[in-house]
This record gives sequence, C-alpha cells and structure tokens, in this order.
Amino acid sequence: MKSLFRVVLAALLIGGAVSAQQSWPDLSGQSVRVAGVWSGDEQAAFTAVLNEFATLTGATVEFFSTGNDIATVVGTQLEGGSPPDVAMLPQPGLLVEFANRGALVNIEDSVGDLVDANYAQAWRDLGSVNGDLYGVWFKAANKSLLWYNADILAAAGVEPPTTWDEFVEAAQTVFDFGVTPISVAGGDGWTLTDWFENVYLRSAGADMYDQLTNHEIAWTDASVKEALGYLAQIWRHEWLANGLQGTLEAGFPVGTVQPFLDNPTAAFVYGADFSAGVIASDTNAELGTTARFVAFPSVAGSGPAVVGGGDVAVQFTNNEAATQLMRFLATPEAAEVWAALGGFTSPNQGVDVSVYPDEVLQQSATALQQAEVFRFDMSDLQPAAFGGTSGQGMWGLLVEFLQSHDVDGVAFQLESEASAAFQ
Amino acid sequence: MATAIQSNRAPRNKTGRAVVLFLKVSAFLGPALILLGALLVYPIIFTGVRSTFDASGNNFVGLANYEQIFTQPRTLIAVRNNLIWVLVVPVIITSLGLVFAVLSNRLPWRSAFRMAIFLPLVVSGLAAGVTFRFLFAASPEVGTANAMARALVHIFQPPGEYPTARASREAPLEALEGGGFRTTTTVTAGDTLHLGLVGVQAGNLPAEVASAESPVPAPGTVQGVVWLDFSPGGTVGQVDAAEMGMPDVPVQLLDGDKVVGRTVTDAAGRFSFDVQAGAQHRVQLAASAFRAPFPGIAWLGPTFITISIMIGYIWMQTGFAVVIIGAGLSGLDPQLQEAARTDGANELQVFRHVTVPVLMPILMVVMVTTVINVLKIFDLVFIIAPESMQPHANVLALEMWRASFGGARDFGLGSALAMLLLIMIIPAMLFNIRNFRRDG
Repeated sequence: MKSLFRVVLAALLIGGAVSAQQSWPDLSGQSVRVAGVWSGDEQAAFTAVLNEFATLTGATVEFFSTGNDIATVVGTQLEGGSPPDVAMLPQPGLLVEFANRGALVNIEDSVGDLVDANYAQAWRDLGSVNGDLYGVWFKAANKSLLWYNADILAAAGVEPPTTWDEFVEAAQTVFDFGVTPISVAGGDGWTLTDWFENVYLRSAGADMYDQLTNHEIAWTDASVKEALGYLAQIWRHEWLANGLQGTLEAGFPVGTVQPFLDNPTAAFVYGADFSAGVIASDTNAELGTTARFVAFPSVAGSGPAVVGGGDVAVQFTNNEAATQLMRFLATPEAAEVWAALGGFTSPNQGVDVSVYPDEVLQQSATALQQAEVFRFDMSDLQPAAFGGTSGQGMWGLLVEFLQSHDVDGVAFQLESEASAAFQ
Repeated sequence: MATAIQSNRAPRNKTGRAVVLFLKVSAFLGPALILLGALLVYPIIFTGVRSTFDASGNNFVGLANYEQIFTQPRTLIAVRNNLIWVLVVPVIITSLGLVFAVLSNRLPWRSAFRMAIFLPLVVSGLAAGVTFRFLFAASPEVGTANAMARALVHIFQPPGEYPTARASREAPLEALEGGGFRTTTTVTAGDTLHLGLVGVQAGNLPAEVASAESPVPAPGTVQGVVWLDFSPGGTVGQVDAAEMGMPDVPVQLLDGDKVVGRTVTDAAGRFSFDVQAGAQHRVQLAASAFRAPFPGIAWLGPTFITISIMIGYIWMQTGFAVVIIGAGLSGLDPQLQEAARTDGANELQVFRHVTVPVLMPILMVVMVTTVINVLKIFDLVFIIAPESMQPHANVLALEMWRASFGGARDFGLGSALAMLLLIMIIPAMLFNIRNFRRDG
C-alpha cells in the first residue's frame, strides 16, 4: 500500500511539473470591475479574455466601456472613491498621471515575475514610473499602416505608394479615375494625431520626435510646420470621402470602412492593425484580397519606421481578485484568446505567432518587431489634457487643422496648449 | 393640596413655551434644514471658495479663474452659446406651448393631442440625443433631415448625369461659376475640339456609351468630342484606345455670350455645329449635366450645430409648456372670452386681448423655468455634437465637467464656471419665487 501511494504521489508530482502552467486560486464569490475604451467588436473580444479568467478562477468579471474619454470617466470615479479594479489605459501618459497621484497599486511584487519572463525591457519601462512597475502591456498596435482598396487601385492603374510623393500622385490619379481618394476619420481626433506622428517621425526623425514628445522643442518649430504642410497636401477637402462635413462626423469605425463598402467612397484610409477587425466585421471586403495595406509611405527618403500604440492594464484596488487578473493578463494564454479572434497584436513574447488568424496580423506583428525605428504614439505620451482629451489639445487642434489648413495658426495654438499642459 | 399637583403638561411661563415651540419646529424642519445645509449651502460655499484657488487647490489666485473664463476662447464660446440658448429657446418654447395649448383647447381629442406632445419629455436626453444625431447626419443616406432636403431640392434642380466630372489637365476648358464648362479658346469653321473630362468612373457611364474617337475636321463645321480622358498608361489630352465617350452632354455654341446653337453629344461623345466661315465661337458644356446631387445641409457643422441641438431640445420640452399652459387655460373663466366675442371681437383679438393677458403669469413661470433649465443644458450637447464640433457647441455645464474631470483636472476653473452658472440662474430663480409668493 505504501509503495503504491508513493508511486501515485510521484506520478502526480511529475504530472504537475510537466504541466507547470499557472495554477489559479479559487476566487468564486469575488468580483472584478474592468474599464476600457473598447466598444463593439473589440469589447466583445476583450470580454472573451475576461470570461477565460472567470472560467479559470470562478470570479465574476464585469467590463464597462468608457469611450474615448477614459481619462475623464475614470478620473471622475477616482474622485468619487470608487475607481474600477483594473483599467486598460490607452495612454502611457495617463498611467504616469495616475501613478503620480498615488492611485495605482505597485505590481512589482505581485506581477513582476511574469513581466520579466514575458516582456522586453522596453515594454517593462513603458509600464513603470520612476522604476516602480505599475502596468502590464496587454495590447500592442502597429499604427503605421496605409490601407487601400486593391480593386480601385488596379482599375485606376495605380501602384500602392511607398513614398509620400507617390502617395499624393496616387491620390490625384484615383481622383481623376472618379473616386474621392482619401478617407479620414475626422470625427475622432486621435486618428488625426496618428497621421501627424507618422509624418513627423519620418520627416523630422526619431531624435526630434523624442524632443517634441518631451516638449524640449516647441510646437512652433519649423519641423512641426513642415509636417503640417505635408498633411495639408493630402487632406485636400475635395479629396475627402463624403466631403468635409461627412469626414468631421465620421468616427474611427465609420472612417475606416469607407474604402471597403460595397460602394466604396474612398481608396485609401490610414489605419492600424486593429483596423482589420473593423473591416472584417463591418464590410464584405476580403482582407488580403480587396482590403490590403502597405507600410505608411516614407517622407523625404526616411527608412522604415513604426509608430506603435497599446493598452496597458493598471490596478486601482488592492484585492486578491484584481491582482490575479493582472497576473492573468501578463500571461501568453490571455493574449492568445484575443489573438485568435483577430484585430489584435500582443507585445507578450510568449505568444505563439501562428495563433494570429491571418497574414495581415502576422505581417504587422513582424513589422512591429523589425522596424528600424520604433516610437510610441506621441499623443499617448503627453499629459492627458494635451494628448488625450477630445475637443482640445492635439486632438481638437488637428481637427481644426483638417478644416482650416492654417499651419502657422494651428502650430501656435498647439504650442500654447502644450505649454499650459506641461506646467 | 390639589394645587401642588400640575394638572397641565404645558409649562406656565413664556420662556418655557418658547422653548417647546422651538423644539417642535426643529423636530419638523430640522431634517430638511440639515439636508439643505449639507447638500446645498455647504457645497455652494465650498465651490465659491474653491473657485478662488488654482487647479491644485493650494494657491490662492483670487479672481484669476473668472478672468480665465472671459479671456480663454474655449470658455468664452461656452458663455456665448449659453446666452444664445437663453435668448432663443425659452421664447420659442413658451410661444409654441401657448399656440398648441390654445389651438388644442377646442379639439374633442385634446387630451390625446396634449399627451402626444408631452411624450418626448419622458424620453431620456440620451435617447433623444442619439435620435437627433442620426436625424441630422450630413449624408442623405443616413440623415432623415438631409434626405428630405435633397428630395425637395431635386424637384427643382435634379442632379446631372456626370456630377463628379472635372476638366482634365490638358482640356481647353474652364469651369464656370454656376457649373458647366466653357472653352478657353475660340474655334472657327474647320476646327476640332478635344474636351477631355476626368473624375467619372467608366463603370458609371450610361449603357449606350461607345468608344471615343478623335473628331475629324470637316469644312463649314466645328467637330468635337467630349470623352472620359482617363486610362491607365494613356496620354492625357489624347483620345486613347480604351477611353469612352460621354453621351448626352448638352453642348452650346456661343457667339460672345449669346447661345447660337445647341446640340447633344452622341454615344461616342461626338458633337458638331454648322458655323459660318470666319466667325469665332466658344463652346460651352451646359451646367445641367454636371450638377452635383444636393449634398445636404451641414446640420452638425460649425454654423448650425447649436441650432440643431436647440431643435432637439425644443422638441423635447415643448410638451412641458403645453401641459402647464393648458392647465392654466382650463382655469380661465370662459365668460371673459364669451363677453369679448359678443362684443364683436374675432378669435385673434380674443386671443391677443383676453387670453394672453390673463395667462401672462403662467407664461412668465413657464418662460423663467425654461430659462433655468436651458442654462443647465448638458446631455443633448454632449450627445448630438460630434467630437469635432464639441468646441463649437460648448456650453457652461459641459465645460465645467470637462475642465474639472477631463485631462486638465482644473477644479478651480470648474468651480468658477459653476459659480458663474449659479449667478446666471439666481435672478431667474428669484423671479419665480416672487411669482409664487404673489399668487399664494
């Protein structure tokens, strides 16, 4: 009997060691509230990730969407004393602000081991403030993709552009062909900031990009005006899908699908890898055949560069369930749930690349890793008042620039709002 | 012995009675007063004090926040918009309410009518906002308002066959102010015209279209072709093999500014005019073929956004005015109106000289209450205005929320905006209270 017991025990131990994944504690009866900016398909996908956690631990997980105004909504709840347990912040600048206010739980001891195992140093640094770890980067985005309708380009005899001049010329040709070439999601200011950052990273270079990010140079600098000038070349009002007013009313999902509708109203739309999710679910266009992308065109001979974004999980309340959720989000398994659904790239190095369902994501994930120059989205690194609030700062002023094309005026206003925010 | 026993519970002396009275009063009024103090008086005082400090709350800045309100363009626009709201909306709501109430008074189905008008009031501001956002969408395919506007305009100005057409780079054409194109050069007998247009997809050409051909000069006539001058790998200005003509384009021959000949292009885009030798003519492509479909009104654009939101608000709140004024109407002594009618007054005079003056107190109450409600407007502005238009449609309540809880977290400015709102509302409030007192 004793020997049998020993054999069984040994078998169990070996079995346990072989499948040495995370073992999750039983959290039944506990609940976790998670806030994020996602809505629609992205919300459904993230809810699937949370449901996996609920299945593993028995906890109840609730996700609520804050829309773009996450700084305002979570800020309000924080003031009221009932912040969400975990929030998925789209801006590192917001993480820094909340950390400096003492609102975040330091996750060095609770999640630090998983972060060290699964993430590159750069991502750990982006989740830390003054050396203290506060955030786990869950979602990464390649925001340097130019999507186009391959059928329209073929009919118009246009090659997908690789340089800015080719891009402007291609737009003119498509316009002569009879289709308004450019779709801009003017209803969401942040897409316009991404346009600007991609152009600026290429026209001014990575060093100046960093200087502008830290407000070491002013927004009235000649390099900024040069970038705005390039944007004015492509944001011509007669080139905009659905006209200027239609563009101003088009949020990100609406603007992204314009080239891929059954009756397309545009040929090009600037986007990110997560645009694929919107295109796949809201249109009949086939990804990879009709809906294709190239890397954002180079400007004045710049090399391959990627402006990236992401969402970081931070913890507001110090309880068991929230801590376990943070640990779960740092594992490759959590990322793979969403990766399989498409429209998602993870910075987690433990994720198996074959999990990505299509070439698009594998391509963009590879580009993310292979870029000569990689920079995080500038507006997300700014104080939220300047880089992350609708109607003001970078978001509001670039919407104004879309309408007025007033390079000097907008640069001046950007500088005055930036100075106020950086005080 | 009996006198030593107190037979009456109530204290004998004045002070005692006063104390008991005070205790009774406090027992009934106390809870309400405490609530009022905690939830109303204290926050007002705290906000007032907070508005004199800066964003962090540590530095006293006096009236600097108020100064900022009136110098910063964003908040100045909010103040301006609130003033527009106050001047326009209460008057409209009260007038509409009065008209509806008086007109519906005569109807046998008066209650049903008034209930229908009242119904929008019970809809949440969010639901109403989303509905109006879609109603006013710029695209006529989405927005009902523009769909109706387009249908109306197209009765008088139907869109042309080729609304997106533009002159190609090489075409000797200039675009005209009112639409259409005119040649920049003059032609005479024996000349040919190559009028290339771009911007129309070949797939959108009419079914009877044929391949374009270069016109052959013929004596005594002007020969021309209007064609789609676009093909991959082709030359602009030349009729290339794959390029199609543009049929059904009205072409006019001009002598100076006078139209002396009209024709229409055929399936291959060709046209010709018989002209006298030596005479110089220009050729014009009529505007009717190139008229763009009516794009719709930019309801949610910078000019009209506040008006559109006001329309939404008036739709929601008119019911309130109708019901209150209707109640006042039913309290009206019918004999007054009868007396006026027997004296020979017509309905309009009865309305102007009897009904309205008697209803005036109620009208004032409705007007002032609406002023108070309008000063606080938030949800409709937040929902209906697209993000790009929020700065244009901004109002004080919205700006207060954004300044306090948005990225800037400037509670000093937010408090100052709240105090400003309070100051604007107080006169209206006092007016209402005085009215209640007078009636009571």
